[in-house]
Amino acid sequence: MKTLDFASLTRRGAIGFGNVFLSIALLVTGGLAVPARAANPLAGSGTPAESTGPAAPSEVPATALIQPEALAKILKSGQAPKPVVIQVGFHVLYVQAHIPGSEFIGPASSAEALRKLGQHVAALPHTQLIVLYCGCCPWVRCPNVLPAYAALQQAGFTNVKVLYIAHNFGTDWVDHGYPVAKGD
Amino acid sequence: MRSSGTGLLIAAGLLLVPCSAARSAASAAERPTVAAARPLAPEFSLPALNGKQIDLAKYRGKVVLLDFWATWCAPCRTTIPRLVKLQKRNRDRGVQVIGISLDDDPRAVRAALRQFAFNYPVAIGDAALAERYGGILGLPVLFVIGCDGRIEHRYDGETDLEVIERRVETLLKRERCKAAEPHH
Repeated sequence: MKTLDFASLTRRGAIGFGNVFLSIALLVTGGLAVPARAANPLAGSGTPAESTGPAAPSEVPATALIQPEALAKILKSGQAPKPVVIQVGFHVLYVQAHIPGSEFIGPASSAEALRKLGQHVAALPHTQLIVLYCGCCPWVRCPNVLPAYAALQQAGFTNVKVLYIAHNFGTDWVDHGYPVAKGD
Repeated sequence: MRSSGTGLLIAAGLLLVPCSAARSAASAAERPTVAAARPLAPEFSLPALNGKQIDLAKYRGKVVLLDFWATWCAPCRTTIPRLVKLQKRNRDRGVQVIGISLDDDPRAVRAALRQFAFNYPVAIGDAALAERYGGILGLPVLFVIGCDGRIEHRYDGETDLEVIERRVETLLKRERCKAAEPHH
């Protein structure tokens, strides 16, 4: 376990002071930093899905948010370079409906998913536009987007956006008629 | 429309999706907001992690609360202890709670079973089951199924359990509930 300084994230507004106590230590796994807060009170020790207490997405700075309509326009425009879109929610949701071309990583409140995230972005330039999204729960209760965002910030990625999903993926993306793919 | 606000969630509960319609394949406009005919709850048979096989058909004659949840879902964790209490209060009154976890990892669910002392059966669901229930594109989702096996209501998001209990009371008083013969 390696302890890293989280203050830089705090200064940049990525992690608010209200959550610093949960984020003091970072467990480095697979090249990405896993916030120490990512310990699931529901999972026993040693379970692979050790995940989360609340990791408030409100700590994601407003400048890092992207609205569904804006992302849909980008995807429709086919602009180059294409954003790398990553789903950090649960697999059953991904199989039912996901943003076409997005990569499934898994609930980023777990160390395992953050390891996968690290592997997935390892070869990307740090300026690459990466869009994270979940949609598992109402925005204020989503445990997955903040750990993923913080991990990418910590890894040095400078162009990371988080899709703002107010209610859930069904309501805020599928119901709006934005493009959807199914299956793995 | 769904929201983390209780009032809107209650309103959202009035949304009832036909069982046969894959939600992700239908726009909001195509989906009825009120069921013209209360659809039969899709039957399933799944092994419970904390008991025997769960055969939905065997609960015909009872009011069933079918809760889709996940261990890392904060609103789900809030709801579970309330469902445990509800089950305890109403077990002898023909009410059965069933939990369907949409976790990716069963070990996290088993840990949760120990932590929350579930007094109702819990199984792990998949995308196919989720789609048969109209799509579970956000958590939690709770279905109230009448004694005749038909879906009465769907509640998306964190819902006031008092509202659900009132609904259950109404169902228990219905003549067809009283007439229905439990299979076990």
